[in-house]
Amino acid sequence: MRTLSSIYILWLRQIKRYLRSPARIAGSLGQPLLFLVALGFGFGPIFQKAGGGDYVQFLVPGVIAMSILFTSVFTGVEIIWDRQFGFLKETLVAPVSRITIMVGRTLGGATISVFQGCVVLLLATIFGFRFSPVMLLPALLFMLLIALLFTALGTAIGSVLEDMQGFQLIMNFLLMPLFFLSGALFPLSGLPEALTVIASVDPLSYGVDGLRASLIGLVHFGVALDLIVLAAVAGVFLAVGSYLFTKIQI
Amino acid sequence: MTSIITGAEQGDIIAVQGLTKRFRGFTAVDNVTFSVRKGEIFAFLGPNGAGKTTTIKMLTTLLNPTAGTIQVNGHDPRREQNAVRESFGIVFQDQSSDDELTAYENLEFHGVLYGVPKQLRRERIEQLLKIVELWDRRDARVKTFSGGMKRRLEIARGLLHHPKILFLDEPTAGLDPQTRNRMWEYVRQLNREESITVFFTTHYMEEAEKVAQRIAIIDHGKILVQGTAKELEKRTGKRTLEEAFLALTGHQLRDEEAGAAEQMRMHRQAWRGRGR
Repeated sequence: MRTLSSIYILWLRQIKRYLRSPARIAGSLGQPLLFLVALGFGFGPIFQKAGGGDYVQFLVPGVIAMSILFTSVFTGVEIIWDRQFGFLKETLVAPVSRITIMVGRTLGGATISVFQGCVVLLLATIFGFRFSPVMLLPALLFMLLIALLFTALGTAIGSVLEDMQGFQLIMNFLLMPLFFLSGALFPLSGLPEALTVIASVDPLSYGVDGLRASLIGLVHFGVALDLIVLAAVAGVFLAVGSYLFTKIQI
Repeated sequence: MTSIITGAEQGDIIAVQGLTKRFRGFTAVDNVTFSVRKGEIFAFLGPNGAGKTTTIKMLTTLLNPTAGTIQVNGHDPRREQNAVRESFGIVFQDQSSDDELTAYENLEFHGVLYGVPKQLRRERIEQLLKIVELWDRRDARVKTFSGGMKRRLEIARGLLHHPKILFLDEPTAGLDPQTRNRMWEYVRQLNREESITVFFTTHYMEEAEKVAQRIAIIDHGKILVQGTAKELEKRTGKRTLEEAFLALTGHQLRDEEAGAAEQMRMHRQAWRGRGR
């Protein structure tokens, strides 16, 4: 009972912090919108000519995945802020297991990310994106899996880093490659061998594929494989994140 | 046998033996041994950088010791973290509230994590916020508070659940005299009525003398002397605790001022280095 109410209050805290920072909401919507407009309309004609069909339709699931990726990792590494502003201590000495704290935080971060993904989806419809509403449910499931996976990754990173200086490194050498090599922007078929291999070990590829399958019916790996890989990697990251989180010393 | 080895006598709620913490060559706490009896008010008195906060961090599961044994309420903070966390409450020396939440929400968060039942939680939040004179500001976000107000809020939060042991790390630093008196009044009442053990650190002599039953004077990571205020005066041959304190730490402090700054720098480097 106390575990559940603790998870709830930790979740609620994340949500409140998110809703109270309109700048953060606006800021995190700017990037996906830019990608949607610049790439979607910029590459649209070429994509069409090459026989790929409507590029905006193709791109939107990728941009949703991107938005979830960044939001998730950011909410995960919020631990660094909590450490610097002292609030982390308050949660770490509480008579609640650190796994519980980790779960509450992760669910909070994942909720925010899924919400963010839904907002991007809604905005995309303004730019002409069409999808069948029935497929919203599987799409939400994929959004949730991507969100859990990367919030847990963010928590793991945040547990090890002591300040924000190392974060730029993570951004350039982890998040950017994860995004650009995931097939969010281009089809994964017919690529050079090396790129195919890299894309197939990038967990985000499976998230993008699952979302694309749900929303526009285009599939590369197969929905079952997408689900299995996402769930398995999310499980591993949650375990690693929990372990590192329990080892935090202040 | 184990009780002899760890030095935990019957009636000791905190027993510490040979406790040491080193950060890359800098010894913050150096072979410290002391015990606190159940229901006692115990003070750690020492200048800044003496090792008070590091000791508290090790007692409260936030930091692993380099050497030595600790028993808090019969449990080892290193191995039985959850059992130890069940038994104490703490007011930290530096800020530990969430700026984006309101004063009330911060207390609510704490109350839920510590399993204080809803009805009792509401009553105590109101009572405590009135004691620290923040009831009128309960719905304001903490980021709008001054340093003193944040301090008062955190004291209220630390007193919200009634633990077996209450750690107060320089609780009154930066508080005005009225709030300070009210806080100690409340803490002593908790100590009397619920026999809550209180462990606090301070660098105010009169506070240690007035509130604590026993005092340990710590400097440069070592306990110099411990006992009641009277005993300390007798042992050092001084008439007041203040004189005793100055006799023990005063000259050393002046002599090693540069040394202390150097140590701080090393300490900081050790912490920064760990992340790389």
